[in-house]
Amino acid sequence: MNEIKGYHNFIKLMMVLVGIGALASLVRFIFGLGVTTNLNDTYPWGLWISFDVVTAVPLAAGAFTIGIVAHVFHIRKLEPLVRPAIVTGFLGYSLVCVGLLLDLGQPQRGINVLRYWNLHSPMFEVSMCVMAYTTVLTLEFLHPVAERFGWHLPLRLLRTLELPFAILAAMISTLHQSTLGTFFLIAVDKLHSLWYNPLLPLQFWLSAIFTGLSIVIFEASLVHKYMGQPDESELLATLTKIIPWIMGVYLCIKLYALAFLTHGPLFDRPVLLALFLAEIGAGVILPMGMFFTRKIKTDKKMQLRAASLVIFGLVLNRFNVSMFGMEQPGQLIYAPSIIESLVTIGIIAAHVLFFVLIAKYFPIFEHHPEATDYTIPDHFHRIEGHESKAGHELRAEG
Amino acid sequence: MSTTSIDFNKTRTFLIDTTKCTGCRGCQVACKQWNQLKAENTHFFSGEGYQNPPAMSEYTFTRIKFKDYQKNGQNEFAFYKEMCMHCNDPACASVCPVGAFRKTAEGPVIYDDKRCIGCRFCMMACPFGVPKYEWSKAFPLVKKCTGCYSRVKNGKEPACATACPTAISYGPRAEMVKEAEKRLKAKPERYFPAIYGKEEAGGTSVLYLTHQPLDELGFKPITKRPLPSYTWQALRFVPGIFLGVGGTLSLVSWFQHRKDRIRKEEEERAAAKADSTKGVNE
Repeated sequence: MNEIKGYHNFIKLMMVLVGIGALASLVRFIFGLGVTTNLNDTYPWGLWISFDVVTAVPLAAGAFTIGIVAHVFHIRKLEPLVRPAIVTGFLGYSLVCVGLLLDLGQPQRGINVLRYWNLHSPMFEVSMCVMAYTTVLTLEFLHPVAERFGWHLPLRLLRTLELPFAILAAMISTLHQSTLGTFFLIAVDKLHSLWYNPLLPLQFWLSAIFTGLSIVIFEASLVHKYMGQPDESELLATLTKIIPWIMGVYLCIKLYALAFLTHGPLFDRPVLLALFLAEIGAGVILPMGMFFTRKIKTDKKMQLRAASLVIFGLVLNRFNVSMFGMEQPGQLIYAPSIIESLVTIGIIAAHVLFFVLIAKYFPIFEHHPEATDYTIPDHFHRIEGHESKAGHELRAEG
Repeated sequence: MSTTSIDFNKTRTFLIDTTKCTGCRGCQVACKQWNQLKAENTHFFSGEGYQNPPAMSEYTFTRIKFKDYQKNGQNEFAFYKEMCMHCNDPACASVCPVGAFRKTAEGPVIYDDKRCIGCRFCMMACPFGVPKYEWSKAFPLVKKCTGCYSRVKNGKEPACATACPTAISYGPRAEMVKEAEKRLKAKPERYFPAIYGKEEAGGTSVLYLTHQPLDELGFKPITKRPLPSYTWQALRFVPGIFLGVGGTLSLVSWFQHRKDRIRKEEEERAAAKADSTKGVNE
């Protein structure tokens, strides 16, 4: 009884936060960006770009990474992890689009990106990719929807397309995850040397991959803990074997770039140095060490802790690159306004709220492909006794 | 890159000799008049020094910066005109997702406000901090010095160059560079030995001569490489990576599925064999 009450209160709280966020974004459109945000000509990009776009996109990378692992590398036992990741990705990218539209000065002209192509612009590439990938994710999300409502033909079609979609998702994601790093290659002499180097796109891509897999662990652990969903820690153990190797490659590339490819002074700004060390130490090296231990394969708490550290490291890294590292010495420091913060909190709340609701009303976690009937029922040539027989089989499997 | 067809010897270029500037700010006034820009409410010492307004903005495309220094024990002023540098290969034009910026063959870098979606990437990218935003509006656009393109196209000089009594020369870039080098050679004691803008950001359509060292006057040290080349060195791999990732993953998945299929077939064969041997035995 208490649990149900807690659940309802949680849903109500999320709804209130989403409502406040929606009101705050309305205020932005009525009074303008200048009044409602702390953005100015020195800091044209603030919280909405740093979090809602640059950070939210890699946080939604779970969908494409787990897709590769389960479908392309064909580790079939991991298939139950795919759907939750796709729902997260679908919500994440939809909300990235919302955040972008709020931040644009002329959101009603967003379609211009499709009318006037500038192939030299990283922003052009990212917007094309985000549009394409949101479409792919929507189609992938239709899978549980079709299953829920018993649309057999689309369900069969989507099942066949799972693998091509997984590959397409990886292709598109590789491009825009890395190009988010390319954004900051233009900030020569602006972004601090601790982060500025020509390999930034590669680092953005690798960190998106291991963070995407960590998000899957993070989510599955929380959902098991708070939503009474099945314990998947055995499946997650497979992921804990993959993650630290990618983190190792990332760390090597980062240190190599730091040692050989940077030009400016590295240790001239103590605050930035501390942020950098926090990002690398607590956000990369520590969780990598945890993932390399044998204990993590069985220890649920440790899995959750290591995954949380990875996520912390990624968020800090994206903020370091897009916000802290861009602050010039002797200038007023940017801090987000109340309206900006409320909108971002609203977006995060919307993500959690929709995720919980979708997980409640659609077959997201209880999905096991081997137990799903993908055949198309034969409506035209009905064979005697066929229906009842098929029904029996299904029931037996369920 | 996108502007390879332009002959940069012929693009119209400002040569601003700051040693000849008297700080009259006629250029500032002419700019406001020609572009019909609103006046700004200013206060003394709201910015760095004596200059006003405190910074370029949506209402101020150019302004004179004042720098006080000591010469022979006397207080002196140096002046520096801040404006769009009209780069040969502009960062703003390369990063704009809708191609709203364009380097014209005449010289000015112009902005098409009909295309702009307001993402502010140009403001992030510009090494000189030139593009400004209409922060006061609910649906803002970008504002910046137009290089008086409408005047230049019709054979006239930009408003600021026309108004300036002493310091600004305007003409084809090759001639302006030659003129600047001539002045440096003729009076080496008068000038700091550098032409700012000759190579900065890959070359610009605004050249400066100064008496003081450049950094003392507030000129930013800027890379000599055109800025778009920094992002292009990553972006040029995009088609290859797209197809490479797709191809690799398709191969991997074909291989992994094949392994699975073979294992299944072998199991079936083994089962069939077991069946048949069982049959023979019976």
